[in-house]
Amino acid sequence: MTAFLARVGAAFLGFLAATGRLAGFALMGLAGIFSPPFYPRLILRQIVYMGYYSLPVVGLTAIFTGMVLALQSYTGFSRFNAESAVATVVVLSVTRELGPVIAGLMVAGRVGAAMAAEIGTMRVTDQIDALTTLSTDPYRYLVLPRLLAGLITLPLLVVVADILGVFGGYIVGTVKLGFNPANYLTQTETYLETMDVVSGLVKAGVFGFIVSLMGCYHGYQSRGGAEGVGQATTYAVVSASIMILLSNYLLTAAFFGK
Amino acid sequence: MSDGRTQPANAPKIAVRDVHKSFGPKVVLDGIDIDCGVGESLVIIGGSGTGKSVLIKCILGLLHPESGSIRIDGVETVGMRRAARTALMRKFGMLFQGAALFDSLRVWENVAFGLIQGRGMERAGAKRIALEKLASVGLGPEVGELRPAELSGGMQKRVALARAIAAEPEIIFFDEPTTGLDPIMADVINDLIIKCVREVGATAVSITHDMVSARKIGDRIAMLHKGKIVWQGPATEIDDSGNPFVEQFVNGRAEGPIQMEVRAI
Ligand SMILES: Nc1ncnc2c1ncn2[C@@H]1O[C@H](COP(=O)(O)OP(=O)(O)OP(=O)(O)O)[C@@H](O)[C@H]1O
Ligand SMILES: [Mg+2]
Repeated sequence: MTAFLARVGAAFLGFLAATGRLAGFALMGLAGIFSPPFYPRLILRQIVYMGYYSLPVVGLTAIFTGMVLALQSYTGFSRFNAESAVATVVVLSVTRELGPVIAGLMVAGRVGAAMAAEIGTMRVTDQIDALTTLSTDPYRYLVLPRLLAGLITLPLLVVVADILGVFGGYIVGTVKLGFNPANYLTQTETYLETMDVVSGLVKAGVFGFIVSLMGCYHGYQSRGGAEGVGQATTYAVVSASIMILLSNYLLTAAFFGK
Repeated sequence: MSDGRTQPANAPKIAVRDVHKSFGPKVVLDGIDIDCGVGESLVIIGGSGTGKSVLIKCILGLLHPESGSIRIDGVETVGMRRAARTALMRKFGMLFQGAALFDSLRVWENVAFGLIQGRGMERAGAKRIALEKLASVGLGPEVGELRPAELSGGMQKRVALARAIAAEPEIIFFDEPTTGLDPIMADVINDLIIKCVREVGATAVSITHDMVSARKIGDRIAMLHKGKIVWQGPATEIDDSGNPFVEQFVNGRAEGPIQMEVRAI
């Protein structure tokens, strides 16, 4: 029994230590915001890399999500003769939940993994130490631009995802389910509030930060050659995905919970 | 050489005292004492895996020793704050054993990195200096436009060397500068290192397994074994050191006090 408690205690302490290290890493990364040198070009490059090149993946998943939502909610609601709620359900689900979550998960897989691999390779080949010896703070040069890019880019991607998700629902609604186009659009607008969209964008900012943070953190910590870098990539994607889903619940509770 | 030095001219540029460093249970440095004077060229020799690279990473502040003192120009650097450490880095240049070039940047941008990012020089001027430094390691301007991945191992090493000396630092560390080079190019690099020390007045700490190079570039040689400095003396005395470790190492014999942990197959 005591052995069991000791193990639980050790695991808990380990968890606290890991959380502390992660928080420390985030603070070190963000500390550079307040004083020069700044690297605007690096931030811009990360925004383009994260945002522009993620557009196809995020766009496609958003459209299909909107389409499936329309189809599913139609089959569900037709049992209660509530078909007219389809448009509302689509737009609320997409802006509040699915847009940010899907964009976050896609970017975690696409960008978070690449970040961990790039920074991990730089770590195991001494490039990060080389930065330091060339009087350049690796947190400012590598970590901060990525954290900021995540924070800025994901909301932008989610705006696109929201629009395309609603569009996917509209296509299925009008073409396949026989809704009147004008009615569908009116339905979409009527129950949509600013808060629905804003909460989704705030979530997106948080998710983008998480993706960058986990990519940088695991890359930075990687040890031991190609195997270590591979492991860092996996950790970055898995931990970012879990943290996105967890924080999504917490944020939803904070925004809409009673 | 720095103008703002306040301590007497005979104070060592680098003073390492009783430095200990382990990785988990593995003790790598076990009480290192060594000095390096201003404008002196110190060569560190020792078997593979004895901690030579770890020692210079400790001096640079890239690794943190568990105990001991490392003074640069009389200033204690163990436990130094990050801002002070970044400022101190301006005195250093480092050639990493594995070159450690930034593979997202072109070759000349690698060489100019410390000038542009570290010192805020404009790009055109930095590029001119970078191409000069590349020429001094025998690489033409066309190489400057390539990516590090397009170079051979020896070329990467020379680019890394050019990068280490580009900002004309006061103290330069060379981790195996001639490993992987042909004998002629190795001698060119030896001459370049000597030039940095004699003409620019830099202090140099080099690690090498190449005894020809050690004799040529070193004013003083120190031998590392089992976490301690087992011998140090002027480079001219390396052949009659009277130290069994040094004799075995210099003559490259498998038999002697240094036991390689290998099993016959
Ligand atoms: N980051 C690290 N983590 C764990 N152990 C390390 C680390 N860096 C070095 N070591 C260990 O420290 C010892 C000394 O390594 P170091 O790289 O200093 O050797 P070296 O003397 O430079 O050898 P070589 O001549 O082969 O380059 C090695 O046994 C190595 O396993
Ligand atoms: Mg080494």
